[in-house]
Amino acid sequence: MSEEHIDEVSGVSTTGHEWDGIRELNNPLPRWWITIFYVTIVWAIGYTIAYPAWPLLHSATTGVLGYSSRNDVKNELADAEAAKSKYLAAVKSKSVSEIAADDALREFAIAAGGAAFKVNCTQCHGSGAQGSKGFPNLNDDDWLWGGKAEQIQQTITHGIRFASDPDTRLSEMPAFGDIITADEIKQVSAYVVSLSGKVADASLIQSGAKVFSDNCVACHGENAEGNREFGGPNLTDAIWLHGAGEAAVAAQVRAPKEGVMPAWLGRLGEIKVKELAVYVHSLGGGE
Amino acid sequence: MSIRLAAENRKARPILGLPLPSDGARRKPGLDTISAAPLVDAARNPLLTSDGSGTHVRNDTRTERLEGSAPNSSNTRQPHYARRKKVFPKRVSGNFRRFKWLVMAITLGIYYLTPWLRWDRGPFAPDQAVLLDLANRRFYFFFIEIWPQEFFYVAGLLVMAGVGLFLITSTVGRAWCGYACPQTVWVDLFLVVERAVEGDRNARMKLDAGPWTARKLVLRLSKHTIWLVIGAATGGAWIFYFADAPSLARELFTGTAAPVAYITIAVLTATTYTFGGLMREQICTYMCPWPRIQAAMLDENSLTVTYNDWRGEPRSRHAKKVQATGQSVGDCVDCNACVAVCPMGIDIRDGQQLECITCALCIDACDGVMDKLGKERGLISYATLSDYNANMMLATAGGSSSVNPSLVRTADGLFSDKVAHFHVSKIFRPRTYVYMGLWSLIGLGLLYSLLTRDRLEVNVLHDRNPQFVTLSDGSIRNGYTVKLLNMIPEPRIIVVTMQGLQGGEMSVVGDDIKAGRSFAIPVEPDRLKTLKVFVRQPADQIHAPAQTFKFRVEDRASSESNEYTATFNAPEAAK
Repeated sequence: MSEEHIDEVSGVSTTGHEWDGIRELNNPLPRWWITIFYVTIVWAIGYTIAYPAWPLLHSATTGVLGYSSRNDVKNELADAEAAKSKYLAAVKSKSVSEIAADDALREFAIAAGGAAFKVNCTQCHGSGAQGSKGFPNLNDDDWLWGGKAEQIQQTITHGIRFASDPDTRLSEMPAFGDIITADEIKQVSAYVVSLSGKVADASLIQSGAKVFSDNCVACHGENAEGNREFGGPNLTDAIWLHGAGEAAVAAQVRAPKEGVMPAWLGRLGEIKVKELAVYVHSLGGGE
Repeated sequence: MSIRLAAENRKARPILGLPLPSDGARRKPGLDTISAAPLVDAARNPLLTSDGSGTHVRNDTRTERLEGSAPNSSNTRQPHYARRKKVFPKRVSGNFRRFKWLVMAITLGIYYLTPWLRWDRGPFAPDQAVLLDLANRRFYFFFIEIWPQEFFYVAGLLVMAGVGLFLITSTVGRAWCGYACPQTVWVDLFLVVERAVEGDRNARMKLDAGPWTARKLVLRLSKHTIWLVIGAATGGAWIFYFADAPSLARELFTGTAAPVAYITIAVLTATTYTFGGLMREQICTYMCPWPRIQAAMLDENSLTVTYNDWRGEPRSRHAKKVQATGQSVGDCVDCNACVAVCPMGIDIRDGQQLECITCALCIDACDGVMDKLGKERGLISYATLSDYNANMMLATAGGSSSVNPSLVRTADGLFSDKVAHFHVSKIFRPRTYVYMGLWSLIGLGLLYSLLTRDRLEVNVLHDRNPQFVTLSDGSIRNGYTVKLLNMIPEPRIIVVTMQGLQGGEMSVVGDDIKAGRSFAIPVEPDRLKTLKVFVRQPADQIHAPAQTFKFRVEDRASSESNEYTATFNAPEAAK
């Protein structure tokens, strides 16, 4: 401790702390300040008694008020569920097109369906539902199995080529590599591409048209505009699920790749499926 | 050891609650110098009797004296806390007091009555003139309605308040503290109550010092009750700014208002009562940052409440007697009127100090005394430091002597011409011009912005995932979230039109709107409407991977309009 030092100007003694000649005055604290200081200590002790505070070996003291942040979360979740319940009831009782026609219900379903989509669907269809090669883009207006809300609901409910669901959407294109010759494959590919674009060798188209009418019209239709009953793709539009151009089409004719989508009803339940259908329908391609 | 130290101290003090040695013990042989030995019975102490002589104590030459003194000796010990010294401001009358009554009436009137003013905004908006509608995020101020994104107006007002404070402080000093600060106004109000209940300064001091009688109890109880009622009214008025005042008042008194309303009232009642009634000047001295900031903003041309010792000193209570001895005497008769009226409990004659809020009540008190004595007013006055210094130089003959009031007066007792007085022109100096200019510039800028602001706005968010979608006919589609802001309390029909993007067409999700290049949509009063809009352009019209076009919104009825320039993306190959 330093010796007593009295500040000349104020006449107050100093604490003995000095910085570059500046000394700290040892003024007494106001009594209200000291009082509040002690009150905060008492408050802190009371707080640790009233609320969970002290860590024990495997748990902690619970506090006499019985407060728990977990209970808070539980109650908030219960409140949120209660707030949602009237929408959920409406979603359950109404058809998807009715939901889509009701402003408030549609917004609710799009929000809920969007969240469910992010969890369950983005793995194949992408986070913006934009798809990729072999995985359909759900934003566009080209639908293999129909783009009405009910048709989308049906697809999500039962899946596509999903063996364990008897009502699944089923279509199968034969591997024409074993049925027609390589030349015929080349011809028919040229013909199919010519329906919506330019082909380098125009001589192939004529013979390709014949191959098409002999082998393909049953599913793809006489005008190659597809058939949604069988999930036969429209070959005249600008959208190619397995790639555009003659080579990609030829590969698909020779040994078709076919995607599989699970049936989601059992896993997500009717309400979620309906919400997903409304969400997908809202992406811009819905019919 | 303890005996030696005690012997050195030679002062009777009980230590650790042990009783002082009795007189009898002190008179025992060899113990005459011991006063505060904890070991009371020295006769049985082995330390004293071991060598059989007891010379430890008796023989000073053989006793080692230790240097230094007790660090916590009661002579030098500082108290750890200081109790508030009560201030009993005396009632005073005068010009500044009257001005303060006026300011108090106006400020309290504004505070308590504003929520009850009505302002007709039609059927779609509240009719309260000033309303902070937190639930709907709208702020109403007479003819102005502010949305959350327009809150910068409030920020601008705060900047103006800041610059205004610079301006006021640089000219008239801490006028905010002395007149307009809520702490000052409410303390003033609480003091009115205190005076009405307990009487003026002397009666209050007497009551405070006196014993607890029935009368004191009744007076104190009624004073604190009235203070609490004022506190409750203060808290009550506050919440009316946040909800429709008449209906909230009804709910309050029927017990059906929201808990937060009662909690707010309780908190504000407690703070008003504590700050205005109990803590008073301590808020300004200990807690408030303004005294420090404002003191730093004063300069030599700012007006502060000043004791003019160049005419007051040397002060004397017996002026005539002293004058008779041939000594000069100042105007101050040391009547302490300025001290008695001060709500901060300071003596203005000590000079400018941080505690002084410049309420100018000491000026009123002193002027009254000067009037009675037939002397000029202004012994305590609003004065600038430069004038004060000039007068001090005059009175001390350039600092060479102590104050001699005869130096500032002529032979016939009037002030000499050399005495400096405040002149209004001192307010207008470069510093204050800058403040005034800045203040007006911000004010005009805000006003211009307010008068020309849009009440119909459109915000557009371009979908990024996916950026574009190729449709079955080869055309490209982009998605946009379009937000229409109808910022007036009336329903409107908004026409949304596309400008640019050749061949492009819009479609709106959900609503049965035939879109095309233009569509009309109703928007509720004072609401935002969010639309999901798809725009498609045929493949053969696309000439760049990124094209710009405009969403134009228009209210045909009022011909207000607004635009947003958006981008339309397409794949590189589609070009």
